[in-house]
Amino acid sequence: MKARRSGGRTLEFKDAGTQVGPLLVVDDVHTSFRTARGTVRAVDGVSFDVHEGKTLGIVGESGSGKTVLARSIMGLLPPRDVIRSGTVRFAGHELTAMDDKDLRQVWGAELSMIFQDPMTALNPVKRIGVQIAESLILHLGMDKKEAGSTAVELLRSVGIPSPEDRVKWYPFQLSGGMRQRVMIAIALACAPRLVLADEPTTGLDVTVQAQILDLLAELQRERHMAVILVTHDLGVVASRADDIIVMYAGRVVERAPTHTLFHDTKMPYTRALMDSIPRLADPSGVRLNAIAGRPPDLINPPDGCRFAPRCPYAQDKCRESEPPLRTVGSADHLFACWFPLVDGESTVPPVPVSLSAPVAPGPQSSGASDA
Amino acid sequence: MGKYLIRRFLQLLVVSFVISVLVFMLVHLLPGDPTTQILGANDTAANRAILLKQLGLNLPLWHQYTIWLSAAFHGNLGTSYLNHESVTHILATGAPVTIELIIISQVLAFAVAIPLALVVSRKPNRALDNVSTTTTFGLLALPPFVVAPILVAVFAVGLGWFPATGYTPFNQAPITNIHEMILPSVAITAGSIAVYFRLLRSDLITTLQQDFITMARSKGLSNRRIMWRHAFRPSSFSLLAAAGINIGSLIAGTFVVELLFALPGIGYALVEAVNQRDYLVVQGISLVVAIAFVVIQFIVDFVFTIVDPRVVRE
Amino acid sequence: MPDDKELLDTRSSSKMLANRIPMTAATDEAVLEMQSAAVDGEVLQKKPFGFLFWFALSFVGIVLFSAVLANVLPLQNPNFGHFSELNQGPSSAHLLGTDDLGRDLLARLVFGARVSLIVGFLGVAIGLVFGGSAGLISGYRGGRLDIALNAFSFIILAFPAIVAVIAIVTFWGASLFHITIILGIATIPLMYRVIRASSLAFAQRDFVVAAKTMGATNTRIVLREILPNVIPVMVTFSLITVAGLIVIEGTLAFLGLSVALPTPSWGNLINEGSSNDLLSINPLIMLWPAMAMFTLLWSINLIGDRLRQRFDLREGVL
Repeated sequence: MKARRSGGRTLEFKDAGTQVGPLLVVDDVHTSFRTARGTVRAVDGVSFDVHEGKTLGIVGESGSGKTVLARSIMGLLPPRDVIRSGTVRFAGHELTAMDDKDLRQVWGAELSMIFQDPMTALNPVKRIGVQIAESLILHLGMDKKEAGSTAVELLRSVGIPSPEDRVKWYPFQLSGGMRQRVMIAIALACAPRLVLADEPTTGLDVTVQAQILDLLAELQRERHMAVILVTHDLGVVASRADDIIVMYAGRVVERAPTHTLFHDTKMPYTRALMDSIPRLADPSGVRLNAIAGRPPDLINPPDGCRFAPRCPYAQDKCRESEPPLRTVGSADHLFACWFPLVDGESTVPPVPVSLSAPVAPGPQSSGASDA
Repeated sequence: MGKYLIRRFLQLLVVSFVISVLVFMLVHLLPGDPTTQILGANDTAANRAILLKQLGLNLPLWHQYTIWLSAAFHGNLGTSYLNHESVTHILATGAPVTIELIIISQVLAFAVAIPLALVVSRKPNRALDNVSTTTTFGLLALPPFVVAPILVAVFAVGLGWFPATGYTPFNQAPITNIHEMILPSVAITAGSIAVYFRLLRSDLITTLQQDFITMARSKGLSNRRIMWRHAFRPSSFSLLAAAGINIGSLIAGTFVVELLFALPGIGYALVEAVNQRDYLVVQGISLVVAIAFVVIQFIVDFVFTIVDPRVVRE
Repeated sequence: MPDDKELLDTRSSSKMLANRIPMTAATDEAVLEMQSAAVDGEVLQKKPFGFLFWFALSFVGIVLFSAVLANVLPLQNPNFGHFSELNQGPSSAHLLGTDDLGRDLLARLVFGARVSLIVGFLGVAIGLVFGGSAGLISGYRGGRLDIALNAFSFIILAFPAIVAVIAIVTFWGASLFHITIILGIATIPLMYRVIRASSLAFAQRDFVVAAKTMGATNTRIVLREILPNVIPVMVTFSLITVAGLIVIEGTLAFLGLSVALPTPSWGNLINEGSSNDLLSINPLIMLWPAMAMFTLLWSINLIGDRLRQRFDLREGVL
C-alpha cells in the first residue's frame, strides 16, 4: 500500500484484488440546504453502488441534484447550513462518518474529482506543474524533484505536447481542452480507485469533448479505476457507462445497465432526455424535443410524481401519490413510474403538456442546453 | 513582462516630469515672494536685486527650471537659507527615521491583518469575525493625530512604558531605538491594519467560494495549505494595490508622529521648513517625497507581475 | 501607478457572482450559489439601517447644527480665559472643563467643529461640481478629451496629497479659505475618476443606447439617464471623501499648518493638548476633540458604508 503522511495517521485500504462487494456503496443519501427561502432538498434519498473498474453515468437536467450528489459522495459540501443523512461507504470505509482530517487522506489519493470548468477549478496563479506535484508530495511522499518529473510524465500521459515546458505554464496560457487534460492529470496523479467527473466536458467544443472522454476511458482501462460520470447529456454516457442513473428533482427516477436503459426505457422523463439528444442522422431543421417546463422548486416539490407537471402522460394518480423505485422483470432495472413505457410507448394517451405545466417554458427548459 | 514594465516605466518618467514642473512652479507662480521672508529687515531694493540674482530668480522661468532640474539631477537641491545645510543632507539624515517608521508600521500592519483575515474568512459572520470587522471599522476613524496623543497619554505619560519623545539612531543603540519607535509606529499603523484586514477578508471570502479551492480540498490538502498556498495569493491583489496607495497617507502619518515624538525625520524637517518659510527646503523635500511615492507605486506594479502572472497579458 | 485602482476593480468583479440572486426554481448550481451568497449575509435581504446608522446620522446632524449655530447657542467665548479657573474638570459652569488658560472647552470644541466641517463639506462640494460634472461628461462622451482628462487625473493622483497641500500652504499661506480651496481642488481628480468610471459603465448600457436611438439630446441623456444612476456612487464616495478631507485638515492643523491659533479647530486643539506637561496635568484638553474627531469620522464612515450596502455597490467601485 502507498506511503501516506498526514499527521501520522493512516487509513488502511484493502488492495483492489481482495475487494469484496462494490467499491462504493451509496445508501439513502439526503442533502438539503437551509436558505432564506426555506430548505432546499437537493438530494432526496439516493442509493446505488459502483464496482471496481466500472463506469456509472449519472444523468439529469440542471437542478436534478446530480452535482450536489457528486459533492455529497466526496463530502465536499459547504460547511454551513447543510443537512445531510445517509451513508457513503468507499472501499470498506464509511466516508460519511469520517471527519475532514481523515477524509483528506482519501481525497486525491483514493477518491478524486474532475470539475466542470477547468478555468475556474485550476488555481490561476499557480504553475500547472506545481498543482499536479502537490498531491504527489502529499499522498505519495515524493520529494519535489521526483514529483516534478512525475508531473511531466502525467502531462505526457494525458496527451499534452512538450510537457517538459508546459509544467511551467499557468492555466491561462492553455486552451480549454488542454486545461481539462491538466485537471485529469491532477485527478489521476495518485492513481485513485474512483474518479468523480462532474460534467467534465460541458465547457468544451464538441470535438474536444470526445477526445477528453476517450482519454478518460483509456486511462480508466489502463489503471482499472472506477469512474462516475455526471452529465446532463445522455449522449455522453451512452457508449461509455456500464450503468446509468437518471435523476430528477433530487431523486433517482430510473436506473439500469446502459443497454437496458436505452432499449427498454421505462420512465417518460428518460425518454424525453433521449429525445433531446441531437442526432447526426436528423435532417437539418428538425426541432429538438426540448422538455417543456422547468424542474420543480425543491423547497416545495409537487405532491405525487415530481415529473408529473411536465409529463405528457401524467394521470391523476401521478399527481396524487409518488411512485416508488421498483422493478418489473429484470432485477437490475429500477424505475419510479406508475405508468411505465412499454417498448418505448406509453400505455396511456398523452395529455397536452402546456395545460398542466406550472411554469411557462423558459430558455432554460431544454435539458441539453444548459449546465 | 518586459513590455509591460517598460510601459510602466515610461509612465513613471512622465509622472516624475510633471511632478518636477509642479513643484518648481509652486515657488514661482503662487503669491508671496520668498525674498521678502529671507531678507526680513534688510529688505531694500538693492539687497533684493542681489538676492534675486543669487537665487537666479531674474531669469526666464523655463531657464530657471532647467538649471534647477539639472542641479537636482546632480544631487543638489539647494541649501537652507537658515542654517546653510544642503537639502540633500537634510533628506539624508531624515530619511532613515521616516523609512524606519514606515517599515515597522507596515510589518506590524501585515503581521496583524493577514493572519486575522485568514482565520476569520474561513468562518465569516461568526463571533471573531464580527469583533474584528467592527474593531477595524473603528480603526478607520483613528487617524494618527487622534491616536498618537492618546497613546502618549496612556503608555508614556500614564504608564511610563515608553518614552514620550526622543530618538536614538538604530546603529548606536538598536534596543533603545526600537523602544522609542514602537509608540509612533503603532500610532500610524491603525489605519493600515483596518484597510488591509478589510480588503483581504472580503477578497478571501470571495476566493474561498471559487472552484479551485474546492478542487484543492478534493486533493486532500490541509486547510492551512489551502489558505496560505491556494487562497492567499489570488486574494492579495487588492491588498497589494492598497498597500501602494496607502503609502500616501502613511507619509502624512509619519509627519504627525515625528512632530509629536520629536523624531528627526523628513516630516519634522518639512514642518520646520514650512514654519520658517525655508522655501528651497520645502521644494526639495516635496520633490523627493513625491517622486519616492511614485517609485513605490512602480515597485508595487512590479510585484504585481510576480504575484499575478496574468497581469502581464492583460 | 493609479492603474492599481482599475486592477482593484477588475479583481473584485468576481464578487458580482456572489451578488447574483437566483430568482427561479432552485437548480443545484444555484443552490451552491445561494450558499455562497448567504455567506455574505447582506445579499439575500436588504438589512434595515439599524440603530447605529441612526445614531451616526444624529451625531453628524448635531455637530453640523451646533457648528452652524455656534454664535447663537448659549456658549461662552471660546477665546476668553477665566484666569481663576485653569484646568478645571467638568462642572456646571464649564460642562467639559477648562484648559490651561481657563478657556471653556465646550465652546472651543463647538467652534472648532466649524473648521473640520467647512473644509470637509465645501471641499467635497468643489470636487463634486467640477470633478463630478467633468467625469459625467467625459465618461459619456469618450473620445480625445476623455483620454486627455483621464491621463491628467492619473498624473495628479500620483502626487501624494498631503505633500502637495503642505507645499501650497507654505507659499500661499494658511487660512480657512485657502485650505478649503486647495483641498477642494485636490478632490477634483478623485471625483472625476470615480464618477467617470461609473458614467462610462452606464453610457454603454442598453437604456442609454435606446434613448440615443430615440433622438434624445446628449444633455438630456446625461442629466436624465446617466446622472440618476450615478448618484448612489456619488453620494457614497462623497461621504468617504468628506471623512478623508477632515482627516487631512486635522493633520494639517495638528502640524500647525492649517487655520492659525487662537481660532480653534479640532486638529490644533488636539495638538495644543498633546504637549507632555498638559497630557499629565489635563488630558481632557486633548481628549475631547480627539473623541469628537473619532466619533465624527466613525459616523461618516458608517453612514457611507450602510448606504453602500443599501445601494448594493461593491467596495471595489470606490
